[in-house]
Amino acid sequence: MIMLFFMTKKIIEQTDIDGYAEVVTLGQGRPLLLDSGEQITSYDVAYKSWGTLNSDKSNVVLICHALTGDQYVRGINPITGKRGWWENMVGPGKPVDTDIYYVICINVLGSCAGTTGPASRIPGTDKSYGIDFPVITIADMVRAQTMLMDHLGIEKIFSVIGGSMGGMQALQWAADYPQRVNTVVAIATTWRHSAQNIAFHEVGRQAIMADTNWRQGRYLDHHDRPHSGLAVARMAAHITYMSESGLTSRFGRNLQDRDKLAFGFDADFQIESYLRHQGISFVDRFDANSYLYITRAMDYYDLSAAHDGVLAEAFRGTKTRFCILSFTSDWLYPTSESRHISRALNAVGARVSFADIDMNKGHDSFLLDCPELFNIVRGFLKSEAEAAGVRVL
Amino acid sequence: MTEQGSRASDIRVDLLEIARLIEPRSTVLDVGCGTGSLLDYLVREKQVDGRGIELSPSGVNSSIAKGLSVIQGNAEEDITYYPDDCFDYVILSQTLQAMKQPDHMLAELLRVGRKAVVSFPNFGHWKVRLNLALRGTMPVNKTLDHPWYSTPNIHFCTIRDFVNLCGQQDIHLEQSMAINAKGYRMPFHNLFLANLMATQGMYVITRK
Repeated sequence: MIMLFFMTKKIIEQTDIDGYAEVVTLGQGRPLLLDSGEQITSYDVAYKSWGTLNSDKSNVVLICHALTGDQYVRGINPITGKRGWWENMVGPGKPVDTDIYYVICINVLGSCAGTTGPASRIPGTDKSYGIDFPVITIADMVRAQTMLMDHLGIEKIFSVIGGSMGGMQALQWAADYPQRVNTVVAIATTWRHSAQNIAFHEVGRQAIMADTNWRQGRYLDHHDRPHSGLAVARMAAHITYMSESGLTSRFGRNLQDRDKLAFGFDADFQIESYLRHQGISFVDRFDANSYLYITRAMDYYDLSAAHDGVLAEAFRGTKTRFCILSFTSDWLYPTSESRHISRALNAVGARVSFADIDMNKGHDSFLLDCPELFNIVRGFLKSEAEAAGVRVL
Repeated sequence: MTEQGSRASDIRVDLLEIARLIEPRSTVLDVGCGTGSLLDYLVREKQVDGRGIELSPSGVNSSIAKGLSVIQGNAEEDITYYPDDCFDYVILSQTLQAMKQPDHMLAELLRVGRKAVVSFPNFGHWKVRLNLALRGTMPVNKTLDHPWYSTPNIHFCTIRDFVNLCGQQDIHLEQSMAINAKGYRMPFHNLFLANLMATQGMYVITRK
């Protein structure tokens, strides 16, 4: 028994080293049941972890990533060669302090950084799922995460933290598994996708499907990829991640490598050049079908749907403590959505904190250097850890 | 953030007076909780289950960083989202005069709370009366430190006005306290004297 404990500890510590994620194959004997009614009998779940699990497993923090994110929160991302996406939030001495917490981030179901998605091979064949992958939901992603937690022997999670789609997962965790979640930090997120949110996603999906290289979703069989469609989808989406004032202060009407208008359709303006770069650099690291499936999952997201449209009912009786954070300049998931969540939580007597952080960089503010955000998250986690009696190593 | 290091007992004297009125281990909503110093004190010293509403982002941020459950919002709007009878006490400290509809606010306090503790600056204080009578200007002093055109305090009242309003709204005055400039309780139980001498009125009110 003691041997086993030390062995587990060793495996966990090894994941500290930068590099590829751990991948676990799940589903044998316990298929993943999806909201659509379909099931997946064998699937991979890729994750990364930092810090050390304490002896009573009370210091687990689950970071949930956004639409195009992955499990590489810290360190060098082996897929892109770039630094992790939330290094300013997670790490030794950071708000989510890896000297205190054992931090896990799991690549979501349907994605393309190691967890099973449409680009994965169908088990026992040499073909990829493509468009035959079942349509998934945010609840399905969370269900797959619970399977990994079960596999790791982790019952209770001290805090589930996420921004954007990560925040949706965090709220879904609290709604579906209230007894497993001590605290939730949901940042720049929403409780259901609005018509406007769905509309922007539909533009992205149509751009992908209009690309002749998409080949009805079977592009991998033809060794092809709908790069132009995916790049346009990313460009349209990227606009929604920034604010008008952020764009104006960064680019204005500045021209790109020229001092007068070219009277053509090249990238005259810096903002055009910037968006094109965002589009082109995205296609190398992301699968187009994954983009279709995950945006669909987000569009289907509505925590109130199972409760006749009354969001509060999704959280009735909850003992979980919530920290809901929005940004003043976020027009993708505006402050009003977070306010609605905090009011719904108050209506059922849940413990909730809500702050609207003054930051002018739009939706993506949650990924940027924001001292106010860091102070709040650090303070919230610290006091909750004390209240919950999280054993410091 | 500067308050984080300070001892919990270092709160303002008048807030300490409010804290004395709160039963240990009760449920408390502090409406307009500022940086959360009273709530923090109540959670630590009286083990209350405390929540707060605060308008200013800086107040909210430091409250949450202290570990308090505080939401950013407009008190008059946000209080309507709480269910009936969900708190033992609702505290409205030095905030009534900044409300758009103080009468509605009193009703809301007693809808969500069994008891409410309300404190407010007394416009009937003799210095205010004297200032208006002799100088003919609106008072600007330590507790009322804004000129009339930029004050957030839009609905001033005297202690007598407050008592009259409670009478009209069928609100029972369970405890009445006159508070002096230093924040201490004064020994006046006579309404005329309290209204003349107190800089603050403090009341525990309930539904009749």
